[in-house]
Amino acid sequence: MDLDNQATIKQLVDAHGAENLVVVLGMSGEGVRIAAETLTTGDPSWAGPLAGVSLGLPVYHILEERVRTRLPAEIYAEKVQLMEMVLDVAQIEDALAGLRKTQAKRS
Amino acid sequence: MFDGKKVIALGERDGIPGPVLAECLQAAGTEVVYQTTACFV
Repeated sequence: MDLDNQATIKQLVDAHGAENLVVVLGMSGEGVRIAAETLTTGDPSWAGPLAGVSLGLPVYHILEERVRTRLPAEIYAEKVQLMEMVLDVAQIEDALAGLRKTQAKRS
Repeated sequence: MFDGKKVIALGERDGIPGPVLAECLQAAGTEVVYQTTACFV
């Protein structure tokens, strides 16, 4: 994840508290896992401000069923639904489920 | 999931861009405090 974004998100957590924040991703492929890992257990590349920083933020993807069902259907259909055909939704859900399982074991 | 929470929306140019995420989430009544769009090219 971009180093500037890591710094900004760290500032947001300092300002609002991790317990008051939720992250929603719109990324594709491997970017989902890397972003989710960075925002939960820390920057896996150890290059950015979140290296070694476990923010433990809840991370979701907008195409996950639990997120998309909370959005107004009309806007979702107009703006996002087409991407269900482009991105691998099952892979995204598997990647995030695996990360959540790992997190649950650690805590 | 979103009740009382502030949302960080991280989009991607080859996926779903940040402004689209923010628009959808705001329409659902959430407060988006930061949105951005990554580009890995």
